[in-house]
Amino acid sequence: MRAAIVVFPGINRERDMAIALERATGRKPRMIWHKETDLGGTDLVVLPGGFSYGDYLRCGAMASLSPVMTAVKAHAARGGYVLAVCNGFQIVTEAGLLPGALLRNAGLRFLSMDCHLRVERADTAFTGQYRKGQIFRAPMAHGDGNYTASPEDLDRLEGEGLVAFRYAEADGAISDKANRNGSARNIAGIFSPNLRVCGLMPHPENLVDPLMGGTDGKPLFDGLAAALAA
Amino acid sequence: MKPVNQALAAEFGLSADEYQRVLDIMGRTPSFTELGVFSVMWSEHCSYKSSRVWLKTLPTKAAWVIHGPGENAGVVDIGEGLAAIFKMESHNHPSFIEPYQGAATGVGGILRDVFTMGARPIANLNALRFGDPKLAKTKSVVDGCVRGIGGYGNCVGVPTVGGEVNFHPSYNGNPLVNAMTVGIADQDKIFLSAAAGIGNPVVYVGSKTGRDGIHGATMASTEFDADSESKRPTVQVGDPFVEKLLIEACLELMATDAIVAIQDMGAAGLTSSSVEMAGKGGVGIELILDDVPQREPNMSAYEMMLSESQERMLIVIDPAREDIARAIFDKWDLDFAVIGHITDTGRIVVKHKGVVEADIPLDPLAEQAPLYERPWVATPKPAPLGDVTDPVGIAPALLKLIGCPDLASRAWITDQYDSTVGGQTVKRPGAADAAVVRIEGRKRALAITTDCTPRYVQADPEMGGAQAVAETWRNITAVGALPLAITDNMNFGNPQKPEIMGQFVGAIKGMAAACIALDYPVVSGNVSLYNETEGKGILPTPAIGGLGVLEDAAHAVGLGLKPGLSLVLVGETQGELGQSLWLREILGREEGAPPPVDLAAERRNGDFVRGQILAGKVAACHDVADGGLLVAVAEMAMAGDVGATLTAAPSGVAAHAYWFGEDQARYVIATADAEALLAAATKAGVPAILLGHSGGSGLTLADGTTISVAELVRENARFFPEWMDVP
Amino acid sequence: MKAIVTVMLKNGVLDPQGKAIGHALGTLGFEGVGEVRVGKRIELELAETDPAAARRAAEEMGRKLLANMVIESFTVEIV
Repeated sequence: MRAAIVVFPGINRERDMAIALERATGRKPRMIWHKETDLGGTDLVVLPGGFSYGDYLRCGAMASLSPVMTAVKAHAARGGYVLAVCNGFQIVTEAGLLPGALLRNAGLRFLSMDCHLRVERADTAFTGQYRKGQIFRAPMAHGDGNYTASPEDLDRLEGEGLVAFRYAEADGAISDKANRNGSARNIAGIFSPNLRVCGLMPHPENLVDPLMGGTDGKPLFDGLAAALAA
Repeated sequence: MKPVNQALAAEFGLSADEYQRVLDIMGRTPSFTELGVFSVMWSEHCSYKSSRVWLKTLPTKAAWVIHGPGENAGVVDIGEGLAAIFKMESHNHPSFIEPYQGAATGVGGILRDVFTMGARPIANLNALRFGDPKLAKTKSVVDGCVRGIGGYGNCVGVPTVGGEVNFHPSYNGNPLVNAMTVGIADQDKIFLSAAAGIGNPVVYVGSKTGRDGIHGATMASTEFDADSESKRPTVQVGDPFVEKLLIEACLELMATDAIVAIQDMGAAGLTSSSVEMAGKGGVGIELILDDVPQREPNMSAYEMMLSESQERMLIVIDPAREDIARAIFDKWDLDFAVIGHITDTGRIVVKHKGVVEADIPLDPLAEQAPLYERPWVATPKPAPLGDVTDPVGIAPALLKLIGCPDLASRAWITDQYDSTVGGQTVKRPGAADAAVVRIEGRKRALAITTDCTPRYVQADPEMGGAQAVAETWRNITAVGALPLAITDNMNFGNPQKPEIMGQFVGAIKGMAAACIALDYPVVSGNVSLYNETEGKGILPTPAIGGLGVLEDAAHAVGLGLKPGLSLVLVGETQGELGQSLWLREILGREEGAPPPVDLAAERRNGDFVRGQILAGKVAACHDVADGGLLVAVAEMAMAGDVGATLTAAPSGVAAHAYWFGEDQARYVIATADAEALLAAATKAGVPAILLGHSGGSGLTLADGTTISVAELVRENARFFPEWMDVP
Repeated sequence: MKAIVTVMLKNGVLDPQGKAIGHALGTLGFEGVGEVRVGKRIELELAETDPAAARRAAEEMGRKLLANMVIESFTVEIV
C-alpha cells in the first residue's frame, strides 16, 4: 500500500500517523505539503489530526480550501481511499466529502482521554480486521468533535450502513455517558457511500504500540494495508 | 513624550541610584527609548539583581551537563548523541490579570526558549498554585489557566504530560503559573545565542510587532496593587498557530547551517534579545526599526523595542544562506525581515526614520547592571509539633484526605490537555510518579516531573528547598529512571523584605545541598519575585522540574496496583505529622516542623529502588509524599483498580502518625517476590518492611475496616467536577 | 467600504455555548432571559465602492468560507 499524508499548516499528528502507517506497511508514507496539487501515485490519502490554521474561523474550514484539496477530491471521485482523522474529519466535512459537521463539544471543554468505539461494520477496507460489534479503545483529543447532520442525512447514514464507529462504553453499551462530546446518535466516524472515504474523531494511530498502552488501533492500519496491498 | 528625568525613571521602575548609574554610563541624559532599554534590562525579571548572588551558589556542573544556566535553557547529555533541553519559567503576574492569555503565553514562551536551541519540544508540564477554592475568583483563575494551557499546548501539538496543582489562601491574589518544556536535539546541532560575524544580517521572523505587553518585564518585577486589573490592556495575546509554524520553520532552518545565532524575543522583546545576543558575542548590533514587521501604524522606537508581542525570534544569519532561510519562512507564511546587522562597535544602535533613537555601550549595560546583596534574616526554626491525638480514625481521615483539593484527582484538568500527541507518551498523567515520554525512533525515554511542597518551605525554607529537589529525584526514580538534572522556578515575595529574602536564601541552601548529595545539578531556571498582593507574600515556592533518563522505555513502571502481589515499604517511618496534610485537613492546623530530609537516606533508598525496578523485580512503585503512606497505597489501588490488605502499624508509632506522617525517602513497591526484595534491601542497608498484599476490590486496614476501591475513586474524583462544572 | 458579516448557527442546531451562557445568566440573577444564541461578527474592509457589488462579494465570501452552510447561516450589512 502506498500512503500519503497531507500536511496542512498547523497539523500536529502527522508524525503519529506516519508511525502507525509504517508499522502496518513497512514503508514510510509520503508527506504532501498542502500547496501541492499532485498526489503522485497513492492508494491511500490521509488527512491527519491537529489544528490546521489554528482552528480559526471554524475547524477545518480554511484547510478545506487548500490547493491540495482539489487533488484529494479528484482522488476520492476516482474511488481512491481517504482516511480523515480528527481535524482531518473536520476538513473533509467542510470540503463536502462527507456529510455533516463537527460542532463544539457539548461540555464546551477540550476532551483528552481514551474512549471506546463500536465497530458498526467489518466489511470495509478500514474495518476488515475488526469484528462487527467489536469494542476497541482509542484516545481522543478534540474540542470540536460533536458530530451533527440534518435528520435526513443521519437517517440516510444509518439506512445505508455508513456509520463506521459509535461511542460506546467498555462493555459495548451505546449510552449518553459514553458520548462525551454530544455527537448525534453517538456517531464517532462515518463512511462515504462507496465505503472508501472514512472520517472519525478519535485517534487509532495513537494506540498501535503496547508501550503506549495498547494496540487497539492497529487493526485499522493492518486492515488497510491488507486490503490495499499492491 | 514625557521629558527624561529621575521622575520618569522612577515610573519605569528604576531607583535613584540606578538612574544615576544610567547617567554615568551614558555621559548624558538618555533618550526616552534608551531609558526604556535600561529599565527593562535592569528589571528584576531580566537582570536577576536580587537573586544572582545566591543563584551562583547552586551546583550547575556534572559530566553530563552540556550547557548550564546562562543559555535559553539547560542542556544535558542523555546518551546516543542526544541532548535533552529543558527549562521552567513563570508567568505569574500575567496569569492573574488575564488567566487564559497569561497561562497560554507562558506555555508559548517556554516552548520558544527550548526550540530556539535546536530542540523539538516533546513534553510540556506545568506547576500551578491557586488561592482558596472557596473564592469565586480562584475558580475563574483555575478555569482560565487550564483553558489557556490546553488551548496553547494542544494547538502546538506538544503533549502536556504532567505537573502539579496546589491550593492555599496565600495565592489568592497571586496565582503561580510555572510552565516547563522539554525538547530533544542532536548534541552536534545545538544553537546558542552569541552573535558573531561583523556585517552578518540580523533577521526578524515570526509574528508582527504590536503594542502588546509593553513593560511586561517591569510589571513582573513589582508587587500587585488594586489597580493591576487596569493594566489589562498591556497583556500579550498568544497565537499558538503561528508558534507551531515557527517551530517547524526554525527546525527546518536549523537543518541548513544558515544560523549563526538565534534567540527568542521573550520578556522585553527586541531589547533583551538584541542586547543579549550582541553582548554574549562581544560584538555590536545596529537595528533599523523601519524594517520591523509592524501590526499597528505609527509605532515609536520605544514601543517597538519594548513590545512583548509573542511568537517572534531574532536570528543572525550567514549571509550566503539568506535566500535559503527566506524561502523556508516564505513556505510557512511567516514574516522574515532583515532589520539590522552585526557591528564591531560593542554598542547597540537603534535607528528609526533616519534618527538614532538609542546608542548604548553593551558592556556597561550588562556589567554595571545593579546587583544587590539584599539584607536577609533566617526564618526561625519552627517549634516541633508535639503529640497530637487522632479525633476521627484512620478510614474517615483517608476518605477526607483523598477528596481534599490538594489530593483530589487531577483528571478534570489533565483531561483537557492533549497528553498523547506525538505518539510517544509511555506514562500519561496520573499513571506514574513521573511522566515518561519515549524519544521517537529510539528505545530511550525521558522521565519528567515537577514538585515543591510550599508549606514545608514556609515552615523551614532550607528543609523545604531540599525536599523539593529530593521529591523530584524520588519521582523520577520511582518510574525506574536515572535522575540527571533540574530546572528551578523560584517564586517568592518581595525581596526587599529581609524575612522574604531569608526564605529565598534558605531555600537555595537546601536546594544546593540536595543537588550535591544527589548528583543532580541545576541547569536552568527562572526567578519570580514580588509575588505579593496588598503586602501579603505567597508561600515561598521554589518549584523544581526534574529530568531523568531510561535506557529502555519498556523498563518504566507505573503506580497502578495489580492483584496478587506483595507490598513493601522502603524507607523509615517515624510518623512525622508536622506540616502534614493530615494535620491541616483533619485538625485545621498548619504547624510544626516539616519532615526532615536525610539526603544520604534519599540516595541510598532511591538507588536501591531503581536497581530493583531495572532488575525487573517491581510491578508498581509509588513514592510516599503528601498525605503519607495510606494515601500512597490508596492512590496505587485507585490507579490499578485493585484492592489491598494492609498489616498493622509497627509498635512504637501511633497508627495515625504511621499512616499519615509524611516522612521522606519512602517508596511503596508492589512485587511478586517480597522475600527476595526484602533480602536485597537488608543487604543494601535499606530499611524495608512487608506492608501487605494486593488483591480484591477493597482496601482493608489493619483493624479490619474495608473501604471499597470504588468508594475511594468516588471521593477522589469529586472535588474538581463538583467545583468547576457547576456554572 | 466595510462589510459586516454576521454568522449564526441555523435555528435547530444545538448551540452549547448559548445554552451555557443562558444558564450562567440565570444563576447570576438575570431573569426573563429566553434562548441565548452565540454567533460571529466578521468585519471586512473592502476596496469596492459600489454597495451592491460589495454586498455580492461579501455574500460570496460568506458562502465559500465564512459560514458553513450545513450548520450556519449569515447576513451581510454594508456600512
